[in-house]
Amino acid sequence: MSDERTYSILEARGLSAGYGSGDAIRNVNMHFYDKRITAIIGPSGCGKSTLIRCLNRMHEEIPGTQVRGVVALSERNIFHMDPVRLRRQVGMVFQRPNPFPTMSIFRNVAAGLILNGLRGERSLAEVVETSLRQAALFDEVKDKLDQPALNLSGGQQQRLCIARALAVEPKVLLLDEPCSALDPIATAKIEELLLQLKDQLTIVMVTHNMQQAARVSDWTGFMLMGELVEFGRTDEIFTTPRDPRTQDYITGRFG
Amino acid sequence: MSKGGAVAGLTERAGDRLFRYGVLCAGLAVVGLAAALALELASGSRLAWSEFGPAFLWSSSWNPVSERFGALPFLYGTLVSSALALAIAGPLGVGSAIFLAELAPRRISDACCFFIEILAAVPSVVLGLMGIFILVPGVRAVSPFLIEHLGFLPFFRGTPYGVGMLTAGLILSIMILPYITSISREVLLSVPRPLKEAALALGATRWETVRLVSLPYARSGILGAVFLALGRALGETMAVTMVIGNSPRISASLFDPAYTMAAVLANELAEATSDLHLHALMAIAGTLFMLTLGMNALARWMILGTPTARRRP
Ligand SMILES: Nc1ncnc2c1ncn2[C@@H]1O[C@H](COP(=O)(O)OP(=O)(O)OP(=O)(O)O)[C@@H](O)[C@H]1O
Ligand SMILES: [Mg+2]
Repeated sequence: MSDERTYSILEARGLSAGYGSGDAIRNVNMHFYDKRITAIIGPSGCGKSTLIRCLNRMHEEIPGTQVRGVVALSERNIFHMDPVRLRRQVGMVFQRPNPFPTMSIFRNVAAGLILNGLRGERSLAEVVETSLRQAALFDEVKDKLDQPALNLSGGQQQRLCIARALAVEPKVLLLDEPCSALDPIATAKIEELLLQLKDQLTIVMVTHNMQQAARVSDWTGFMLMGELVEFGRTDEIFTTPRDPRTQDYITGRFG
Repeated sequence: MSKGGAVAGLTERAGDRLFRYGVLCAGLAVVGLAAALALELASGSRLAWSEFGPAFLWSSSWNPVSERFGALPFLYGTLVSSALALAIAGPLGVGSAIFLAELAPRRISDACCFFIEILAAVPSVVLGLMGIFILVPGVRAVSPFLIEHLGFLPFFRGTPYGVGMLTAGLILSIMILPYITSISREVLLSVPRPLKEAALALGATRWETVRLVSLPYARSGILGAVFLALGRALGETMAVTMVIGNSPRISASLFDPAYTMAAVLANELAEATSDLHLHALMAIAGTLFMLTLGMNALARWMILGTPTARRRP
């Protein structure tokens, strides 16, 4: 099973991870195709966040975690890479919008660039504007770039966080339930935005919302109790799932 | 509502009222005590203020025999020794707090913090004794080196007696270090995890995360800790009296003996015979009171200003 028109940029092979006592995810094998959106769905506590955090080694920031197996980014094992370098290529957006509270809107987007150093001859202001446009936020904030980021609404803050992640030009963007703290309108905006971003980068998204997965993703993985039960094209997963447990979950027959 | 319920409601309300008045009285007692103290200091010092006027604060003679009194040498000694302590303990304390909060494993961090808090509990006479037996000879031993290499600065000239401003600053820095470290650590630990993760996910190193997120977020709290420590240093009496040399003069050299407001109160209050001398001492006490009060108010205001109640969506 593969995507003929693209290639697998990120891949988990035999990936297990846990928090000290036992594994939270077990033996996950999964491909993430370049310039496609992959959704990870499953009931609460099944290990979606654990899996997505492993993909840019953010799980290491929680003391006592362990991991086995391989995650390969363009065929390089990320566990042998410098985590700082890795995270510049594999960005992350979290469940709750977390803009830097002490900084302005502009500084928030520029933060990663200031850390990593500006590439090419583009100016900071240009990159900030481009990133805000990509995140479909520029028109709403262009007159108040120097205001505190916390003055924005929740949905705007989340798009600001996406802009912040985009500014360092990652190859892969990981989103862990990016819409769960937002209302339907803000959610729709983010979904639209993800579909636009798909031209430029690979997106991996955890979601609780099956309609959302069906609407935006090309590929879907269904997890249950730490295992990847089924992985396939989104339309196939939602119309003709091969595993009865997937069938139960997507039809809402799950406890 | 049943009869029983009504009665219960009534007694509950009575208890409520009793509690309210009790708490109110306790609160008023504290305020009253502070007011009484201020009043006593004011009336006990009125002779000095009427004799010398505000010039009392910037006159530098202190002579109980000729009855000339000015607070400047003590003000100078208090401010300079405290500033010195802050210059030493500030960077050290904040640095170790960053280490304990951000880099050290939690268990080691907690253990270190326990010992640091023990340091804060050491009585100041004991620290003063340590100062006499360790710091004074230590300063005497290293001062020739300082004089030789940094002697071009006015701070490092003169005769090193061992006792003096530098020793006082050192002992004060030991006393305030625990405050700065443990409060700053606490403030740094309260930086929300999602913010740090946001920085890390952007490809920030540990240190960059501290600089980008933790320090700006914790800034006002850390400043508060520093000012709280400063308030403590300004009022510290025993340990300083034991090592500062107790000589009311103003000298740029840190090796020279000096005097602080708290120290002169401790030394002379019991022996003051003339009314004017007594009132001059009370005037110094009042000045010190205002100084530490202001410093504590500033500290509290800054700690309360920590952005914890920020808007979250
Ligand atoms: N910090 C942690 N320490 C210990 N165990 C954890 C920690 N985080 C998660 N776990 C455990 O790991 C398992 C998977 O958690 P994970 O957060 O990956 O689930 P999830 O699918 O993201 O759930 P949700 O949909 O509620 O976010 C759970 O059983 C959870 O109890
Ligand atoms: Mg989760």
